[in-house]
Amino acid sequence: MVNIPSTIRIAFRALRVNKMRSGLTMLGIIIGVAAVIAMVAVGAGASSKIAEQISSMGSNLLIILPGATTSGGVRMGAGTQPTLTMGDAEAIMRECPAVEAVAPTHNGVAQVVYSHMNWSTGVVGTTPSYLYIREWQLAGGRTFTAQDVKSATKAALVGRTVVENLFGDEDPVGKVIRIQNLPFTVLGVLAEKGQDARGHDQDDTIMIPITTAQKKLFGVQFPGMVRIITVKAKSIQDLAAAERQITELLKQRHRIGPKQDNDFTVRNLTQFMQAREESSKVMTLLLGAIASVSLLVGGIGIMNIMLVSVTERTREIGIRMAIGAKTWDIRLQFLIEALALSLLGGIIGIVIGVSASTIISRASGWPVIVSPLSVLLAFGFSGIVGMFFGFYPAYKASLLNPIDALRYE
Amino acid sequence: MSLIQAQNITRIYSLGDVELRALGGVTVTIDRGEFVAVMGPSGSGKSTFMNILGCLDKPTEGRYLVEGIDIGGLSRDDLAEIRNNKLGFVFQGFNLLSRTSALENVELPMLYNGHAARERHDRAREALRSVGLAGREDHHPNQLSGGQQQRVAIARALVNRAPIILADEPTGNLDTKTSREIMELLVRLNSDSGITIILVTHEHDIAAYSRRIIRFKDGVVVSDELTQKD
Ligand SMILES: Nc1ncnc2c1ncn2[C@@H]1O[C@H](COP(=O)(O)OP(=O)(O)OP(=O)(O)O)[C@@H](O)[C@H]1O
Ligand SMILES: [Mg+2]
Repeated sequence: MVNIPSTIRIAFRALRVNKMRSGLTMLGIIIGVAAVIAMVAVGAGASSKIAEQISSMGSNLLIILPGATTSGGVRMGAGTQPTLTMGDAEAIMRECPAVEAVAPTHNGVAQVVYSHMNWSTGVVGTTPSYLYIREWQLAGGRTFTAQDVKSATKAALVGRTVVENLFGDEDPVGKVIRIQNLPFTVLGVLAEKGQDARGHDQDDTIMIPITTAQKKLFGVQFPGMVRIITVKAKSIQDLAAAERQITELLKQRHRIGPKQDNDFTVRNLTQFMQAREESSKVMTLLLGAIASVSLLVGGIGIMNIMLVSVTERTREIGIRMAIGAKTWDIRLQFLIEALALSLLGGIIGIVIGVSASTIISRASGWPVIVSPLSVLLAFGFSGIVGMFFGFYPAYKASLLNPIDALRYE
Repeated sequence: MSLIQAQNITRIYSLGDVELRALGGVTVTIDRGEFVAVMGPSGSGKSTFMNILGCLDKPTEGRYLVEGIDIGGLSRDDLAEIRNNKLGFVFQGFNLLSRTSALENVELPMLYNGHAARERHDRAREALRSVGLAGREDHHPNQLSGGQQQRVAIARALVNRAPIILADEPTGNLDTKTSREIMELLVRLNSDSGITIILVTHEHDIAAYSRRIIRFKDGVVVSDELTQKD
């Protein structure tokens, strides 16, 4: 039969009387909650960005580059010499069972002109399977075919950024653009992809048949030369096998002896990105944990203040007991005070945490994701902190002997 | 059945190895409607006795009954309930909550027995009016004189319509004129509302307002007699 509304009023009055102290006590919780929310938001933002980059890259990807690898990096020098060929790409497709699709690319930078507009962009010569491997859709028109590759057609697919810079609102499909002064027919428009892991705009691109790039646009140092071969393994489990099979095959094809360095490098991008994603998740957890410690410290602050408050108000407790306050009336009074401190701190902390997240996101350009779960968790946690650390002082107050409490000076 | 029955009450304080016998077997019976003054030299056990009557303290030995209820077997919360609705306290030092308005101070006992806010307000206002403090509802204790503070305390003791008011030196901090006003208020409550009043005092002219005087010395009752009143 405890009178909750008036107990709440009593608690809030006590907090108002000691504004400064209440504020300072709350500060611990405020900082804790704000830190938890901001940290988790930043971490979650990083994870989501990485995940997005992974999916924009295409899944189960291997990339084969010319040049030797030394401890993780591509060694330049002799390696800059192109060593990969169309034949290599075909052989990989034919002979590596763990491989699902292969796309050789031969790329360069070119000046592109349409009517009076011009734009400099990356031109990728490749095969139709490239779109499949990169999981790249078309926003309009159609893609070029194997036949286009065979006959080195002057056909092009244009990325979003190129469309914006050359065509504005015009529909590019069917139009003729000039790449290095050669006329190309636009067959299709690529769907928007956004930035890649290095912040490079993937939509600033034009795709043409690889043979066209080799023979008509960029030329080759030897017949069938390609710059990069992109490979999609059958599954994530097949990635390692595919890497092994490709290395084996290319060693053979390039006649590399057991003591020689490879003249190519196979990079497992998916694995690399997943490791990054994994580590960013661990980072998020770690940041959250550190922030939680400050919440805990805030809770101890509340307990400290509540204990002082109980001692200070012993006489008040005595008066209340003398006129009929029961054990739980006293307990609830102090418990509600502690709860009010922590929950109010929690709410302010949430506001600050969310604003801080927004500011961080604006300043860094990174996405920051405030998850409702982290807000709920922080709020719930601060409530629990209040309950937990408020209970002991409340319990202590309720056990006072009325006459001793009344006589307390 | 008597309102208050104290049977052979002792109260022993243990101070380390030393035992201090503050009450050494006190037997007192008080009936409904009585106005009793408790007197005696300092340290004779008056306050100790009042605290036991007020259920703020428990006797070391002996039985104490309020309206026939034996206090000995009651829990903390049962005692709180008895203090809440059977006993009103008026202390020498007023014991009001500071930073709390007169009205809220008077409402306090009703917070602990589930009255609706409206009723609490009305009754507290009524109680303040009955002690002559109408218009002072929003004053805080530090904005009131000693006599006014004691009136607030009396209003607080009245508000739950407790049948007993226990007052330990209620005029101890007040000047003669104010003391007289407070005593007249208590006399009126006793005669008009039939509230039983037990008060401790050192002063004969204060005790003279009562109809019965119990004298303590060294923790025992040395005399218990009716005053001569015309
Ligand atoms: N909490 C306590 N602990 C130990 N001894 C106490 C305590 N309270 C009172 N006493 C002792 O008990 C005896 C009676 O005290 P009590 O307060 O009842 O006296 P009193 O008659 O009210 O005196 P006064 O007129 O000065 O108020 C005194 O000797 C006092 O020292
Ligand atoms: Mg005394």
